[in-house]
Amino acid sequence: MEATRTKSSILSIQSLVIKFTLRGQVLTAIRDISLELYQGESLAIVGESGSGKSVLVKSIMGLLDKNGSIEQGRILYNDRDLAQFTTEREWLQIRGKEIAMVTQDPMTSLNPLKTIGKQIEECVVLHQGLKGKAAYEETLKYLTDVGIYDVEKRYKQYPHEFSGGMRQRIVIAIALACHPKILICDEPTTALDVTIQAQILQLLKNLQQKYGLTTVYITHDLGVVAKVADRIAVMYAGDVIEVGATHEVFFNGQHPYTWALISSLPQLGLKGQQLYSIKGTPPNLFKAIKGDAFAPRNPFALKIDYEERPPFFQVSNTHYARTWLLDPRAPKVELPETLLAFFEEGRQHANDA
Amino acid sequence: MTHKEVLVAVKNLKIVFGKGKNKFVAIDDVSFDIFKGETFGLVGESGSGKTTIGRAIMRINEVTDGQILYHGKNINGKISKDWDREITQKIQMIFQDPMASLNERAKVDYIISEGLVNTKKFISEEDRQQKVRKALLNVGLLPEFANRFPHEFSGGQRQRIGIARALVMEPEFIIADEPISALDVSIRAQVLNLLANLQQQNHLTYLFIAHDLSIVRFITDRTAVIYKGNIVELAETETLFSNPIHPYTRALLSAVPEPNPYKEREKIVEIYDPTQHRYDQQPPAFVEIEKGHFILANEQEIENYRTTRKMGG
Ligand SMILES: Nc1ncnc2c1ncn2[C@@H]1O[C@H](COP(=O)(O)OP(=O)(O)O)[C@@H](O)[C@H]1O
Ligand SMILES: Nc1ncnc2c1ncn2[C@@H]1O[C@H](COP(=O)(O)OP(=O)(O)O)[C@@H](O)[C@H]1O
Ligand SMILES: [Mg+2]
Ligand SMILES: [Mg+2]
Repeated sequence: MEATRTKSSILSIQSLVIKFTLRGQVLTAIRDISLELYQGESLAIVGESGSGKSVLVKSIMGLLDKNGSIEQGRILYNDRDLAQFTTEREWLQIRGKEIAMVTQDPMTSLNPLKTIGKQIEECVVLHQGLKGKAAYEETLKYLTDVGIYDVEKRYKQYPHEFSGGMRQRIVIAIALACHPKILICDEPTTALDVTIQAQILQLLKNLQQKYGLTTVYITHDLGVVAKVADRIAVMYAGDVIEVGATHEVFFNGQHPYTWALISSLPQLGLKGQQLYSIKGTPPNLFKAIKGDAFAPRNPFALKIDYEERPPFFQVSNTHYARTWLLDPRAPKVELPETLLAFFEEGRQHANDA
Repeated sequence: MTHKEVLVAVKNLKIVFGKGKNKFVAIDDVSFDIFKGETFGLVGESGSGKTTIGRAIMRINEVTDGQILYHGKNINGKISKDWDREITQKIQMIFQDPMASLNERAKVDYIISEGLVNTKKFISEEDRQQKVRKALLNVGLLPEFANRFPHEFSGGQRQRIGIARALVMEPEFIIADEPISALDVSIRAQVLNLLANLQQQNHLTYLFIAHDLSIVRFITDRTAVIYKGNIVELAETETLFSNPIHPYTRALLSAVPEPNPYKEREKIVEIYDPTQHRYDQQPPAFVEIEKGHFILANEQEIENYRTTRKMGG
């Protein structure tokens, strides 16, 4: 697994804070996140539901719900700060054209009343300036690219005539037809069967290569992450608590929340014994969070975890974690056996590779 | 292994929905036994017929052909009132979507005691309340939650309420239909552990329906793989996962992403092509290819499997 080769940043999120107002109350969904996206890489954002994954990527596309706003921070893309955008006109220069998105439910992105061919062709016309036969031919090419057969016939069909997996392929074709630089996939396969999921993920990997895309995957499934990601950002309660190359986060994770996520995988469980489980529930985002948001559920929490937000400690050139356990003054902690065994197995694979 | 008592026997089950041109065979000649005390897994993609089988055992779906036996006694078709009441109590189901399966306008107290009331399984009002309190405690919730409404709870808590509702009936057999699919990763483990503890304490038998194979591997003793209304393979879970034989099982298992980047990237995903079977010339049967390991195959295929796959004793 090679690390990200070219380290040139394509998108830079800096000190981002996003809040929502709901019935007079304020919810902080993104709490001061800074994150780089590198040219050509595949970054996975992992975290359980409500951790802010979708809000984060929606803010990049100008798709935040009306009751939400960016309170602080910058989203730099091509020397422009997207966080300053105020009009739909500005966003239309970015959305689709520069940054495209595939979501969990393809039906929300498709128009049920138009043939799928027309929907792809519209993007070809709009973004590539092709017309007539040339646009049609180009559309068929995209259909073939996303693994659809019998493309002339399929061109004329409506979304309801396709299965869930096929619809997701069509949404991907539409995204590609706009020639984006960045493709964001928000739980693209969560609603699909595993056999279809495997095919779609493989397709996305191939297309990333073919079109030189930078991709962001949002998922809660560490299996999906293992399959597609070069780099991982782990989110908890609106914050990125650990970021690193895929093998670093999997096999040398540093934040107790990362440990907990891995430990609760059934693959690490021993039959007939209790599966590791994270106690309690995520924090209420309507309330201010003091210290490390994971502290109340963290068996390794230190006193300072309840008082002060941990900074990012550097683990390697590519690996950072927000946990006081990395402070030189912190006590050594003893990890569960199963987790240590998992780390060890990973290191062996790394040596073999 | 000691002698195993068969608790549930499904024999040549066939379930057809609709009539005439709309006729749809959802379950086609399915047979399997569930042993007392075990967790039996049923896996397959969506639409393969898992819920339909569960609902047939619950007697929600009508059986078109075949039999379902509980403790060796028929439970479908015409049965006596006493037997009906007994199995209504002994067989319970937990559903996938805790929100959709709970009556939103009813208080938790009512939701949990609905089954008790329907089967008159309590002596007094005091007894009923006591049973509800106990059920709540058993699933790790506070007794005072009885006075609240489902929307006041998180997904994980609602699933606990769903489990409490089954538990209060003092069942023997629970059909858990994707009980944790809708829950968050950090909550899944809690609910899985709860189900395992309850099984131990109450000597329960589970039919565990799921599409997440990593969970099935962890929690079940034996597993059946269903594809389009047919069980294509059935074996002890470890055997099935370490030595899958039917090409559909192999494809399904290979598709599950492994949460280990090294392994995942070495892995070869197999694709299942259902047209590979030549069943028009030689129809398949559900055969025991090695002890306790069944596959759907015709003679030609069995011969092939025997030579190409390593078979245990
Ligand atoms: N329009 C909205 N109004 C109020 N709260 C919202 C809104 N959209 C998202 N949130 C909240 O923001 C948090 C993060 O949500 P989201 O990004 O969707 O999480 P996920 O990680 O599951 O994608 C959640 O607590 C969610 O309830
Ligand atoms: N009441 C019904 N009427 C008609 N078709 C049904 C009914 N219930 C289920 N089906 C069909 O039977 C098949 C199996 O469904 P189901 O058992 O729910 O699958 P699973 O639980 O494996 O996802 C599906 O094609 C479904 O549409
Ligand atoms: Mg989301
Ligand atoms: Mg189902």
